[in-house]
Order: sequence, then structure tokens, then C-alpha cells
Amino acid sequence: MSAHCVTAQQVDWSRSRPRDRALDTSIVSLVPQGARVLDLGCGNGDLLLRLKADRKVEERGVELEPGAVAECLSRGLSVIQADLEESLTDLREVAFDVVVLNQVLLATARPLHLLTEALRVGRLVLVSFPNFTYWRIRSQIVFKGRLPVNPTLPYQWYDTPNIRLATVKDFRALCQDKRWKVNKELFVNLDRQDLPRPVRFWPNMRASLALFALERGQG
Amino acid sequence: MTQIVKRPETLPEIRPPEIRRLEQVRTQTITFEGPGETLHLESGQTLHPVTVAYETYGRLNEGRDNAVLVCHALSGDAHAAGYHGLEKDEKPGWWDVLIGPGKSLDTDKYFVISSNFLGGCKGSAGPSSINPATGKPYGLDFPFYTVKDMVQVQRRLLKHLGVPRLLAVIGGSLGGMQVLQWAISFPGMVRGAIPIATTARLSPQAIAFNEVARQAIMSDPDWNGGDYSLDAQPERGLGLARMIGHITYLSEQAMLHKFSRRYINGQGRSFCLTKDFQVESYLHHQGSSFVRRFDANTYLYITRAMDYFDLEAAYGRLSTAFSGCRCPFLVVSFTSDWLFPPEQSRELVQALRRVGLDVSYCNIESDQGHDAFLLPGHRMGDVVAGFLNRLTRMAAS
Repeated sequence: MSAHCVTAQQVDWSRSRPRDRALDTSIVSLVPQGARVLDLGCGNGDLLLRLKADRKVEERGVELEPGAVAECLSRGLSVIQADLEESLTDLREVAFDVVVLNQVLLATARPLHLLTEALRVGRLVLVSFPNFTYWRIRSQIVFKGRLPVNPTLPYQWYDTPNIRLATVKDFRALCQDKRWKVNKELFVNLDRQDLPRPVRFWPNMRASLALFALERGQG
Repeated sequence: MTQIVKRPETLPEIRPPEIRRLEQVRTQTITFEGPGETLHLESGQTLHPVTVAYETYGRLNEGRDNAVLVCHALSGDAHAAGYHGLEKDEKPGWWDVLIGPGKSLDTDKYFVISSNFLGGCKGSAGPSSINPATGKPYGLDFPFYTVKDMVQVQRRLLKHLGVPRLLAVIGGSLGGMQVLQWAISFPGMVRGAIPIATTARLSPQAIAFNEVARQAIMSDPDWNGGDYSLDAQPERGLGLARMIGHITYLSEQAMLHKFSRRYINGQGRSFCLTKDFQVESYLHHQGSSFVRRFDANTYLYITRAMDYFDLEAAYGRLSTAFSGCRCPFLVVSFTSDWLFPPEQSRELVQALRRVGLDVSYCNIESDQGHDAFLLPGHRMGDVVAGFLNRLTRMAAS
């Protein structure tokens, strides 16, 4: 059983809702009209509904939390209840135009394997995650000596679904190492209303959220 | 079924929900007889004539594309919803929680068809119906039939009703097996399939329970080799079969919640061998009420049809079985169902996805066991309604 499995039923996902929705507009802008989209960890289906409305996509979702799956299905979305990693083994190569991993990577047991599989089944893979070297997190650790609890990491150390940490630099290093082609990078931090504001310079320091668009094939 | 999703800041004015019921429903029958109407069964035997009992709710629209076929399980019948209005304290049809105006299978939108399957004992041709050749019930002279045969007969009924294609086929348990067979046998007629709490093939454990139930019937002297008059059927054996069945339809949790270890008299042990615990009383009640409405030979045949259903054996591989299917599927299982366990539904989902079909799947949390699909109190209704909405949108575009 994956770690995602163990935590799925105890996590209060509503706490991370502002963060999880912060990049929706950016994600929608990266998805071509009429694309076949697989949203891994689609929650209650908010992003898929938006993609369906704005981009007329053919949607598929995978989600482990049964209540969220029921919500998706009652909203008329095509979603299966399954472990993310296991759900990919039944899919052939390039079965989808776009695979979305929106704020789920850090909660998975084998993020590298999941990314590799996502790049197998999708032409374009959109990955987002909170950046752990955001300056506020750094200063909190350095000056207060406490782990961060903020809008992008809204959980205490004992109830967080995240079992991994990631930074912009580390993710770039991984892409380089694996020779994944990075099609686009997008960095934001959240303002007081939890609305995303773009970050152009020094993202590893100044961005609280990162979105990478990876393309299939060698870079 | 109402599901409160989010509570608004200010509470809206509370109005009592409008309760609307189906108008009085009735069971109709159609008999297929004459040249060309002989039914060729998988067993190699034939049947003629073939009577089918059915009910319909709602109206077939002008485009004739809003029909939903409901398939019943082992002990069900054509009476799936509403009231016949013939007796006081009448219970509604077996899936009234799901079917009716404003419900998930909304009879304001959909034309719902429900028939007693081939070989049943509620009006369709079966072991308890009269053999026209002898003027007596068929009994064990009735040919063996399979899930595939049931679906062939339902196809004839649709033709008779002037329904060229189905928006959806839906059913639980043995009903779900019929749904799977429908999508395989007539892919061009099915726009959506909703197999619930079902499997591509029974586990040996489930076959074992069926066999014990059959032995209970056949070891009752009143069974008499299947030759009994309908007013003197093997009640003890059939009642016992039903008691065994009901143990498998519930879960340990459900029994704990329903009965705990409570005694019937509330006092404690009465040091007797008649029923003493409430769970025993429940099983006895289920057994004795069942024999009043069901036929023993029919029980033998239907459980055999369930045992024989095996899509893997019939098509080589499960994904091969579905390779000709075209429609979206909604697979539903229940967490506490150990007779048709969620793992078997996941196998279905896997096979359907492997052939590239549009599959939705939800393992609904419930402690009600296999019976959950017949009961309210979980999200099956919402999930089904959402899927039917999607099918309607897809059919329109």
C-alpha cells in the first residue's frame, strides 16, 4: 500500500484548497483545445470541470479518496478510484495528450517512478509543487526554528500528506539528469487573498509554487 | 436522495421537499410465440413459447433515446419501482430508492424498463410456469439457461417495445452480470453500462455458498426430485437456502450494528434450541417470508446460471471479452461486500481500461455488505445520476 493510500482518508484536503486551485488558470492555458487529459489526483474534479468547460477536453481523472471520487462522478466526470501509480500500468504509451500532476507529487511514495510513468502515457506532463526554499520558509526555519505552516504547506508536521520535499533547483536538476525536456516553467507566490502573483527572477528564493511543463522525448 | 454538499452562510428558507411518486404501476406480459420465435439456449436446448413479465416507468421520447434497462438480481422481479396499489402496507418495488420522479433514474427524463429475467418465477417463463405441452409446471423439465440467454430475451422485449437502443443498462449482482453481457452481446445498442456490486465470474467461495443453498433445497423431502405442486413446495429447504444467502449479503459490521448480540426476549439466555438471538430471528424471518414469494426449483436454476457466468472462460481473456464494447462504463462496488468483493470490480476496471474504454469506478464506503446496492444511505444514487447526465450530454452532442 502506498503512502498516499495510508494518508488519504485522514487528510483534511480543504486546507490546501487555495493552493491546489492557485495554478488552475496557468494549467488551463497550457492545455490545447480538445486534448485528452488525465488528471492524477484530481480531488473533487474542480480542475477537470474547468478544463472541460474552457478547453473542451476529453477528461479522465484518478483519485484515491472515495468521497472525492463520488463527488467527481456526481458532477458527470470520468474518474476512477485507484492508486495513482497502479492506475498508469493499464495505459498504453502516449494514451493522453496531457497528464496533470497538480500538487500531488510530494504525497507519493515513488515520485520519480510516477513522473517516469506519466511521461510514458502523456505527451505533455504538467507538474506543480510547493517550493521548499521559498524565502519565508527559509527565514521561518532559520529565525523561528519551526517547520513552515503556511498557505502552500498548510499542515503540521504530524498531519501533512506530504512525505517529500522539493525545490525549484532540485526539480531542475532532476530534469537535467533525466534529460527531460522542460517546455515551460512558471513560478508564483500567493498574495494575501491567496491569489497567485507571477515570479520572474530568482524563483528558487522568491516563488512559493512552481509549475513545470515536461515534454516527452529527449531534451 | 438529498446530499448536502456545502452549507451556505445564511440558511435558506426551509421548504418541505416535494414528495412525488410514480403513478400506480402494473406488471405486463408479452408472449413470444409462433414461427421464428423459438429461443435457442446456450445449453443447446430450445424453449417455445417465451413469456416475459415487465414494467415500464416514464415515457419513451420522440428520439427513442432515453431508455434505461434495469436488470434484477437473484430474488428480484419486474416490479422495480412504485406501487401496484393492490394491498395495504404494500412495499414499493425493489429499487424504489433509485427509480422515480426526481430520483437518480429520473422517470421524468428516462424511460425505465424492468423485466423479470428468463427463468424467473415472477411472470416470465421459468421452472414454475406452466408447460403448454403438459398443462403442468415445467419443474426440472425447464431447460438450463444462462446470463447470455437472459439478455437475448431482454433484447426481444426491447424490440417489442420499439426501443432501438439503450441510454444505459444498469443492475447489481446477477443484474450486473447481465449488464456486462449486454455491453458484450449488443455493443451497438448500449450507450452506457452500469455494472454494480458484480463480477466477471463468481469466486469459488460464492459458488460454494450457492451449492450449500441448493443442497438445502434438494435434501428437503418435499423437494421430491423437483416434482412438487406449487402449493406444497420444499419450504424448509428453500427457507434455509435463503438464510444462508442472507448471511452472505450482509457484513460482519452490518450484523453487529443491526443486532449486536441482543436476545429476542431482552432478558438473556433462555436455554433452548429455538431462536434466541435477534440475528437468528432475522434470518428465520427472511427465510419464511421468502418461501411465500419464491420457487425452489427456480432458485436452483438461477444460482446455476450465476455459477456458470464466466467472461474469462467464455472469451479467453477478460479484456478480449470487452474488446468489442464501445460505450462508457460506470463500475460501482462497496467496501464491505465480501460476496462480490471490490477486488473483482477492480479487475473489471482494469480489463475495460486495457481495451481503451471510458471507465469510471467508485468503491463506495458502506458497511452494509453486498446488500448495499439495494439500500439508501450512501452515494450510489448521486454517482449514477451524474453518469446518466453525462451519457445524455454525450448522446446529444
